Amino acid sequence: MTYLNKADLKVVGTRPIRPDGVDKVTGRAVFGADQALPGMLVGKLLRSTHAHAKIVSIDTSKALALKGVKAVVTSADFPDIPSEEAFVGEGPMNFRDLSRNVMARGKVLYHGHAVAAVAATTSEIADAALALIDVKYEVLPFVIDVEEAMKPGAPVLHNDLFTQGTTPQPTEPSNVAKRVQFALGDVDAAFKTADVIVEGRYTTEPVHQAYIEPHACVVSVGADGQAIIYSSSQGHFMVRAYCAKLLGMELSNIRAMPSEIGGGFGGKTLVYLEPVAMALSKQTGRPVKMVMTREDVFRATGPTSGGVIEVKLGAKKDGTIVAAEAILKFQAGAFPGSPVQPGCMTCFAMYDLKDVRIIGYDVVSNRPKVAAYRAPGAPISTFGTESAMDELALKLGMDPIELRLKNAAKDGTKAAYGPTLQNIGYIPTLQAAKAHPHYSAPLGKNQGRGVASGFWFNIGGESSGSVHVNEDGSVSIVTGSPDIGGSRASMAMMCAEVLGIPMEKVRPVVGDTATIGFTHLTGGSRVTFATGMAVTQAAEKVRDELKVRAAKIWDIPPEAVEWKDGMAVPAGANAGGFDPLSLADIAIKAAKTGGPIISEVSVNAQGAGPGFATHICDVEVDPETGFTTVLRYTAIQDVGRAIHPSYVEGQIQGGAAQGIGWALNEEYIYNAKGELDNPGFLDYRVPVASDMPMIEAVMIEVPNPRHPFGAKGVGEVPIVPPLAAVANAVRSATGLRMADLPISPPKLRAAFDAR
Amino acid sequence: MSSLSYTAPTSVNEAVGILAGAQGLAKILSGGTDLLVQLRSGRTKPDIIVDTKKIPGIMGIREVDGGFVIGAATPCSVIGEHAGLSAAYPGVVEASGLIGSTQVQGRCTLAGNLCNASPAADSVPAMIAARATAIVVGPSGQRAVPVEQIVTGPGRTSLAKGEFILEFHLPKPAPHSSDAYLRFIPRTEMDIAVVGVGVSLTVDAAGVITDARIALGAVAPTQVLVPDGAAAIIGSKLDDAALAKLDAAARAVCNPITDKRGTIDFRIKIAGVLARRAATIAYKRAGG
Ligand SMILES: Cc1cc2nc3c(=O)[nH]c(=O)nc-3n(C[C@H](O)[C@H](O)[C@H](O)COP(=O)(O)OP(=O)(O)OC[C@H]3O[C@@H](n4cnc5c(N)ncnc54)[C@H](O)[C@@H]3O)c2cc1C
Repeated sequence: MTYLNKADLKVVGTRPIRPDGVDKVTGRAVFGADQALPGMLVGKLLRSTHAHAKIVSIDTSKALALKGVKAVVTSADFPDIPSEEAFVGEGPMNFRDLSRNVMARGKVLYHGHAVAAVAATTSEIADAALALIDVKYEVLPFVIDVEEAMKPGAPVLHNDLFTQGTTPQPTEPSNVAKRVQFALGDVDAAFKTADVIVEGRYTTEPVHQAYIEPHACVVSVGADGQAIIYSSSQGHFMVRAYCAKLLGMELSNIRAMPSEIGGGFGGKTLVYLEPVAMALSKQTGRPVKMVMTREDVFRATGPTSGGVIEVKLGAKKDGTIVAAEAILKFQAGAFPGSPVQPGCMTCFAMYDLKDVRIIGYDVVSNRPKVAAYRAPGAPISTFGTESAMDELALKLGMDPIELRLKNAAKDGTKAAYGPTLQNIGYIPTLQAAKAHPHYSAPLGKNQGRGVASGFWFNIGGESSGSVHVNEDGSVSIVTGSPDIGGSRASMAMMCAEVLGIPMEKVRPVVGDTATIGFTHLTGGSRVTFATGMAVTQAAEKVRDELKVRAAKIWDIPPEAVEWKDGMAVPAGANAGGFDPLSLADIAIKAAKTGGPIISEVSVNAQGAGPGFATHICDVEVDPETGFTTVLRYTAIQDVGRAIHPSYVEGQIQGGAAQGIGWALNEEYIYNAKGELDNPGFLDYRVPVASDMPMIEAVMIEVPNPRHPFGAKGVGEVPIVPPLAAVANAVRSATGLRMADLPISPPKLRAAFDAR
Repeated sequence: MSSLSYTAPTSVNEAVGILAGAQGLAKILSGGTDLLVQLRSGRTKPDIIVDTKKIPGIMGIREVDGGFVIGAATPCSVIGEHAGLSAAYPGVVEASGLIGSTQVQGRCTLAGNLCNASPAADSVPAMIAARATAIVVGPSGQRAVPVEQIVTGPGRTSLAKGEFILEFHLPKPAPHSSDAYLRFIPRTEMDIAVVGVGVSLTVDAAGVITDARIALGAVAPTQVLVPDGAAAIIGSKLDDAALAKLDAAARAVCNPITDKRGTIDFRIKIAGVLARRAATIAYKRAGG
């Protein structure tokens, strides 16, 4: 059943207080580091002091001899697992790589790579024990930069890495893990028909997801091999799957409990601490708690790739793009698996192109392994292509929105990455941008305006949800989706809408791996779509059952009962003259009419509608200092249907803010020894509140017919346009094309001086 | 395992006695917004912490003979709320108000900012420009030290064992004088100065500058005075030519490093820009 007619909705589309809100603002919510178990030990990691080195030996005897130290583990305490593709997290992953990222085996591949871990009775003893572990290294030359890493003669990280996707496959190992290509038509021929060609080379720096909560877990492995894991992650089924594989255990012997999560943005779609805590707990027979510091988070988790994006666009004088080409080089960190493939697939997906070619390279270097970050790959590649679109508009003398409208993808457009797009709302975002007062507001001296668009697939996949009617007529929901963006509220609202009861009557919780069916992690903007579908279907089954129970009470056939405004009513005069029965009336009698009224539904949701966004950004630049102030920002997005509009707006604003930080100040600064020099929030500059204007979120609703309420994923596409929107605004304010992010003050001042 | 003791003496003599007699490393605690961070990161490992805040009179601001006495442990939020000080020394007050956030303001102090001895400390260039003196107490009594003589290098001060700062004196401001402080950071708050500039100046009835003092932060191992910059604007009405000379003089004294917060080239250029801008603000405030 679908509920696409907005006028019929009573709960969906309103803005109730979120069910998890009070606990979060009062501090009662239990986050990863808040967990504690009796007899718990403190686990800590020893990290590599070199960017690239062979581990000659690790002597743990002195650490083990220290009073209070209960266990020391190294890679020798984990199974050496073979190469095997994993489909557990978000994006490509190999179990063997993950195992070696969690604990270095034979070689350290970046400064901060874990080499050993201790479990001790106190934090101080654990620190002292780490200092007593003697690691002998044979230092190797290292490479940080992506293009340096691609050069022949660069230090090779993995002797068994042979570039995939080229024929013939090379016989020499290199740092290029993979080459991918997506193409339509004949690009080389098409460029010859262009009146105007623009070409550019753009770069972005790796940026961290910068969730406020560092990784944390408490793990307890019993003498019978039964393990329980409390941790903060984007998917406890993911945690269970990775830990089982990395430790050689059966899934049923691990129970993974979701802690409240203090942000993830993709960075908590893999494990770092849990397998280590598991090994320590196994050895000691005691629970082990591990908590990262912010420095650990920067040195050894995330970020997303930095990249080089070479773009060429060819157009007719009227603005019709006849050919488009992009070459992307993404750094993956120490192990293959950068988001270059989605980077390729997304960067031209806003446009209806007949002749297009995108080539991508996945390149390893001596940095932490990248993790997913909001629309993985798309902000990077789209920074290049949307900057190039701005250049094309300038060269053609065309309004940048007009240029985009002229080439915009619409229903029926075949995307370079394969599918034919349907029910998309890109053009409405452009029209709304053009009509928005922001777009025509006057600009002052040193001020400029930029526009950029973005695309993200959004995904569906496996989700489970259950709906329980309680004895008093209140309702409980359990899902398997960690709530990062307000999904408990959305689940409760959809359920309340189906049952015709107030949202406050519905209490949603996130169940652990033993209490609810398998659910893929919270990522890909999938939860409101896929888990929402499971919950809606479960609520519908409950509603059907409530009708059956009412029919029993009235002793009439179930078909003769209708559900209206939260009540069972006779379907018509012929059904009989019964007074309506409320959900509570039926619940109270459940024991007499067949027992508990519950339903659990698992789905493999398909048909997640893609998301499109267009952003407008105004900046003012101080030419003497190179400082850029974002004055005004409007983010327009097709959201399908906003279940809880405030949380949709929150996603849009958050994505835009993160994108602005990416554009202006965030970067990893490496020193000559290959060590990260800014592993903290003081010098890794995410925007602070006073850096941001109010970000106006404009929601366009082009419903997705594949979802009962028309929802599309909304959490990722808002981070795609800001990088180019900001850079295009700086271009408009200064005449300077800042092709290398971040547009930090020293860089912009230097660009002024060079002019 | 290591141990750490804490004491909060209730008189200057008691404090001096504890500091002078301390075994191992003794650290004075004012607001703790530097010290606690460094304790936590392991950058400093003191054996004893001596909290000054129980010493009578060490917190608060007094007006004496038209000048001001600021207790060493006075939180910057209190400084910002003092009307008389804000009117007389708006530059010192705005500099101290830039330190950290609302939460940090409730704790952080001028003494801590100075004695932490960071080249980037915000209040220090403003205090130097304003001719502030520190009253240092110690085993050999009390002495008045110009603020620019306290810091000797990053993390190092001229204070001897057993000494600490009790208070700061700001002289009675000359008529038609004022001051200003500007810093450059890559975002709008919660950051460390890439360059900081304090300017204090006096004008005559015709708007001609008769006295000026300019100090830079974050462009050398310690804060530096810019005497040539002062000379360049004294006698002028801060016209473009004077400003250009000030800009050049400020750049000339810079001896910065390239680090994660800025390049040598950028720091030097910004020092010139901010010197001009801060002088312009101070000039307007002085009634020029
Ligand atoms: C979040 C945050 C933001 C910050 N932002 C800024 C900023 O924008 N600008 C800036 O300049 N600083 C900033 N700081 C640093 C710090 O807040 C300031 O340096 C502050 O003024 C220190 O004062 P305090 O009283 O807290 O010092 P404390 O931590 O108490 O002491 C600092 C040092 O001075 C010594 N000391 C303290 N009092 C005396 C005394 N009376 N005599 C002799 N020695 C003494 C201590 O032993 C210690 O070595 C920031 C700090 C934090 C945590």
